[in-house]
Amino acid sequence: MSLCLQARQLACERDDRWLFEGLDLDIRSGEIVRIEGPNGSGKTTLLKILSGQHSDYQGELFWNGVAMSDTREHFLANLLYLGHAPGIKSGLSPLENLAWYQALSGESGNEAQRLEALESVGLAGFEDVPSGQLSAGQQRRVALARLRLTPRALWVLDEPFTAIDRDGVAALERQLVAHAQAGGCVLVTTHHELTASSLLRRIALG
Amino acid sequence: MRASLMPLHDHKGGLMIAVKATLMRDLTLMLRRRGEMLNPLVFFALVITLFPIAISPDPELLAVIAPGLLWVAALLAALLSLDSLFRSDYDDGSLEQLLLAPQPLAALGLAKVAVHWLLTGLPLALMAPLLGIMLALPAGSYAVLALSLALGTASLSLIGAIGAALTVGLARGGVLLSLLVLPLYIPVLIFGAGAVQAAIMGDGVSAHLAILGALLAASLMLAPWAIAASLRISING
Repeated sequence: MSLCLQARQLACERDDRWLFEGLDLDIRSGEIVRIEGPNGSGKTTLLKILSGQHSDYQGELFWNGVAMSDTREHFLANLLYLGHAPGIKSGLSPLENLAWYQALSGESGNEAQRLEALESVGLAGFEDVPSGQLSAGQQRRVALARLRLTPRALWVLDEPFTAIDRDGVAALERQLVAHAQAGGCVLVTTHHELTASSLLRRIALG
Repeated sequence: MRASLMPLHDHKGGLMIAVKATLMRDLTLMLRRRGEMLNPLVFFALVITLFPIAISPDPELLAVIAPGLLWVAALLAALLSLDSLFRSDYDDGSLEQLLLAPQPLAALGLAKVAVHWLLTGLPLALMAPLLGIMLALPAGSYAVLALSLALGTASLSLIGAIGAALTVGLARGGVLLSLLVLPLYIPVLIFGAGAVQAAIMGDGVSAHLAILGALLAASLMLAPWAIAASLRISING
């Protein structure tokens, strides 16, 4: 089954100002969709609406042709959302953080998987350090390890490149392309210039 | 190139795994921040210490007001710790991840409240008899005091979590939280303090304890849904 996220006549108003109006979107398997726009143009709001977090909007959302409100559980079971805040508990080690996220998705997983995921984001050796002692970039990398740990078809990533170093950015970009090529779908906002490819589509706001 | 298709999967369940992991996570976090965990207990002890100083050290007078004092002080101590229930999750972004988990939010919220009660309400209940000695609480009512507090604080945690969920998005929600939640605490306070009072008088305490149990059952049924709805409202704003 291919995935398909559709928005029809999406509109959102904030403080008497329309962030966007009459937005029609069709997001399908094998695409990287980059949402562009200046600061304050509603990129994060749009991502939150599309990932089912905001209900304060007009228009309709469809997941595989079914209205979002009727298929929310199926949608959430295939969604991986990484927001502005990395969602990493400073009091827990990277391993413990990942274990909780894995359990939240309903699988107990095992330590070897989590170690491997941490190694893939360059955090080998930091598994048991309290996350509060890691740098901002390293904390972001712990969150990014979830991309490898929990296979989900739809990735919604809000500024995933924040605080990541140059090598990390290149690796993450490759990972996004690989995910799209494998039939997944990536929805991303970033101020970083993504390498042009046939998979990349742009949506400009503001 | 035609992209191959990635399989979509149905929601597989695993609710127990998620609830257990949330319990363990919150327990670990709280046990690593012992200072924060001890705050309500120290507050409880200090407030109770103030009364003999301010009113009178006369044991007969203190014995009359002891049940009410102990209950009010324990209630305020429990309230004090509520503000932080969802706050740190909200600040570091794990609350929005909790809301996006393909699990019923009510169950995950209930796990968080259970940890709060285990590490706040239950220790307060166990400590209360000790402070009862300081207020010359008559013998025979100590067990009832601990039991009524253990039952009552569970309801307090559940009801208070609704307020905490509603105010988590506000920068200074602490005072608003008290205003929202304190009126709802009154029934629990009446029957909790009443149970201790009855034990002192030598009346049967089972009626009071039964009503406390009923209040707990009602909050167990209703509060998780209210907490989930409140969290959604807070995140939406």
